[in-house]
Amino acid sequence: MSSSAIDFELTNEKPKGEIRPLTGNEAIARGAWEAGVCVASAYPGTPSTEILETLATYPVEDVHAQWSPNEKVALDVAIGASHSGVRAFTALKHVGVNVAADALLAQSYMGVNGGLVLAVCDDPGIYSSQTEQDTRLYAKLAVVPVLEPCDAQEALLFTKLAFELSEAFDTPIIVRSTMRLSHTRVPVEMGAREERSPNEIKVEPGRNVLLPSTARRQRPAVLDRERRFEEYFSASPLTRRESSDSDVGVVTVGTAYTYVKEVLPDVNILKVASSFPLARDVVQDFCASVDRLFVVEELEPVIEMELRTMGFAPGGKEFFSRAGELSPEIVREGFVQAGVLEPRPKGPALDFEPVVRPPVLCAGCPHMGSYYPLRTGHVRVAGDIGCYTLAALKPLQAMDTCVAMGSSIGNAVGMAKSGTETKPIVATIGDSTFLHGGIPGLMDAVYNKANITVLLLDNKTVAMTGGQDHPGTGRTLRGEQTHQVEYEALCRALGVQWVRTVDSYDMAAIHQVMREAMEYDGVAVVISDRPCVLDPVKIKGPPFEVVAQACTGCQACMNLSCPAITWTDEIIDGHHKVQIDEQQCMGCSLCLQLCPTDAIRLCKTETSA
Amino acid sequence: MSSTARESAPLPSPKTKPTNVLIVGVGGQGVIMMSKIVARICQLHDLQIKQSEVHGMAKRGGSVYSHVRFGEEVWAPTIPVGEADVLLALEWAEGLRWLPYLHPERGTLIADTKRIVPPFACVDRRRGAGLQYPETDAVEIVEHVANRFALDAKGIALDLGNERVANTLLLGILSTVLDFPADEWETVLAEFVPPKTLETNKRALRAGRDWVAQADAAAAEDAVPALARKKKTPAAALQRRDSRLEIIDAWCKGCDICVKTCPELCLTLNEKEVVELTDADACTGCRVCEWLCPDFAIAVKIDKPESVD
Repeated sequence: MSSSAIDFELTNEKPKGEIRPLTGNEAIARGAWEAGVCVASAYPGTPSTEILETLATYPVEDVHAQWSPNEKVALDVAIGASHSGVRAFTALKHVGVNVAADALLAQSYMGVNGGLVLAVCDDPGIYSSQTEQDTRLYAKLAVVPVLEPCDAQEALLFTKLAFELSEAFDTPIIVRSTMRLSHTRVPVEMGAREERSPNEIKVEPGRNVLLPSTARRQRPAVLDRERRFEEYFSASPLTRRESSDSDVGVVTVGTAYTYVKEVLPDVNILKVASSFPLARDVVQDFCASVDRLFVVEELEPVIEMELRTMGFAPGGKEFFSRAGELSPEIVREGFVQAGVLEPRPKGPALDFEPVVRPPVLCAGCPHMGSYYPLRTGHVRVAGDIGCYTLAALKPLQAMDTCVAMGSSIGNAVGMAKSGTETKPIVATIGDSTFLHGGIPGLMDAVYNKANITVLLLDNKTVAMTGGQDHPGTGRTLRGEQTHQVEYEALCRALGVQWVRTVDSYDMAAIHQVMREAMEYDGVAVVISDRPCVLDPVKIKGPPFEVVAQACTGCQACMNLSCPAITWTDEIIDGHHKVQIDEQQCMGCSLCLQLCPTDAIRLCKTETSA
Repeated sequence: MSSTARESAPLPSPKTKPTNVLIVGVGGQGVIMMSKIVARICQLHDLQIKQSEVHGMAKRGGSVYSHVRFGEEVWAPTIPVGEADVLLALEWAEGLRWLPYLHPERGTLIADTKRIVPPFACVDRRRGAGLQYPETDAVEIVEHVANRFALDAKGIALDLGNERVANTLLLGILSTVLDFPADEWETVLAEFVPPKTLETNKRALRAGRDWVAQADAAAAEDAVPALARKKKTPAAALQRRDSRLEIIDAWCKGCDICVKTCPELCLTLNEKEVVELTDADACTGCRVCEWLCPDFAIAVKIDKPESVD
């Protein structure tokens, strides 16, 4: 293949396109669109969600953009489109790769027809995930090249380039972003969309049906592809050496490059575009040419280990932590530890206690009603991933475990089969999480006759990531009407005999239904039914207020964890009385139902809004 | 120019350091919108900009922050600790949280004294427990910051006829610190606010600038705008008192009502199906069990307060 055509875009310096401030995610979407992507599919997940949302703003004639029920299906859809000769794309968060990994590793053996690109957003620092994991290790495992942009401009260019490389080298390509890159906005120069006709459909069962014999035949070609990429990256201007007369040399990649430039602008830098496959020849020359060698990379020591196998001994993870997100301070501190930089004088010590402000459920969130009956401590609760995981915190404290997307039901089955549990076992799972990975778990529970209750929290949206649609909402990513999953019918089809739907705002009904469900011997499903108060529309009913004379300061209402309820300055019997912020209150009435002294009523005073 | 378009070989000559503006607040307050306005003005001047924000959990009432960095050349997307030229806080406690980011010699703090008390500040339910929200007053932070503007932006905005323009008022103050022409702020504002509120927003912007002018004129070097200090709860009312639970076993029929409704989950039924206080430390003496017991089997006794200081 010829690499010159591919590099043209990157070396051509003259600004020609419109410049607009874009986040890394918006730039990735733009890059995919400019590359002529035809089919894009994803499951929402912070920090990657906005990529597909942005792609869906481009004309429907250009790109079919869709939500899939999970990352595996999303990648399967993209793979299918690639087999049919068009450029295809999926965007997912790092843990989404765990779900999609099966298809990714297999597809690596088959290569592509239309270019196939995965944009993966890692979450160093674990801002909104269950784990911190480095997708570059998946790239190695799958023998799929990973491109690592350092800012939104590169994110656009690298994504575009990824489609070219995918077709030229016959492989899926990963573009790796991180939370920081995905959510940093910079002025980005944009280009035009490349109009391309689809590649011819190739009927090649000998290649595209991955039988053991096919896989054995393809495996050497996959490994050879790794070698060809090493050569390509060595020859490409994507691998950039910035020379100085310093004796220090730093190999770096992605956002880490910007931190190195911030704190050590005057050293030798080798900025690689890909940790795997590594531009071996250039890296070899660079490392041999400097006296003191460092590797600055976020999370795992991927480049560092490679350099060690090449016989170099760079300073790496002993200075720049393997855990957490890098920052200018951490990179500076690492170079101070290494004796490259002088320590800075410490700033004045501030002795203020910052207030704890963790995320909380929204005022009127239906999850408050769903979890209240479970907080009694008389139940074992296997939780799942979503806003409702916040119910594990004070004051609700109604969750014992939360593992991965859709794990709750399987976890509950295991608890029930352990023979050690004495309390009723409840799995709680959101609507989107249930469709993502919960259905096989429920099937398992019925199949193996587990005695558990499943509380399905149907708030009719993927709330955690900002209110996306899914197969249970009856709307597609582009807002079209479509079939809506019927949970009761689905559960019955799986063999669940006991299914009830209950209003999340009816405290007495939930208590009663949960009681019956837990007494039922077998799999019981309770569907707690109320829409999210934020998405797709913000729900605001008439607010409630507290009658101060009637409030006894028992604070039973505060156990809902509703952020609209706080203390007043008035003390009764040593306890603060409570008040309701009428701006926040959306009128769910859950607190009113709990108040033992009927001190809560509809607002009588005029609202100031 | 982005970092990618730059040519490789010779290192660029050291240029002036970027200007760092850190905008902080609570989810829903408009932090991201304000940083977009600042970024837009920088863009008019062809400056390089990086604006880094956090999504996801922040939406649910958590802390929200946005790093805005601009200049001839900007590398890291986040502002290093101690290097913020301006810390713009839409909420008082958030301002305190991010104070270490402010440059100790040249940093300017612009803070709304508005307090948004998170539910977590009210978790200690025991008798006499106080709010877990910093009582720190503007006067107390004077020695920690070089320049500061602390004001009740919402109050001033209400005087202007719409409390929602409080953020614009703060932008007006910011506009006196950053080196951009005053009329540009009004032009850019027009791109971001609904047309019918434009006039009020422009007035708020000017009110912010006027406020600075007045504060400058009135105040000497170390003066701080007068703040209505939050009324502290009298010590006597907040005095700790212990409570005891008296349970008459013979009257309890094990109906479970108190166990299920206890806000602190400190009651259980023992093997004789009689209620028992199993977590005495958690009991706040709120009396819910006493009121709800259909059999009058529980009574809450509060100890006499100790002598007040």
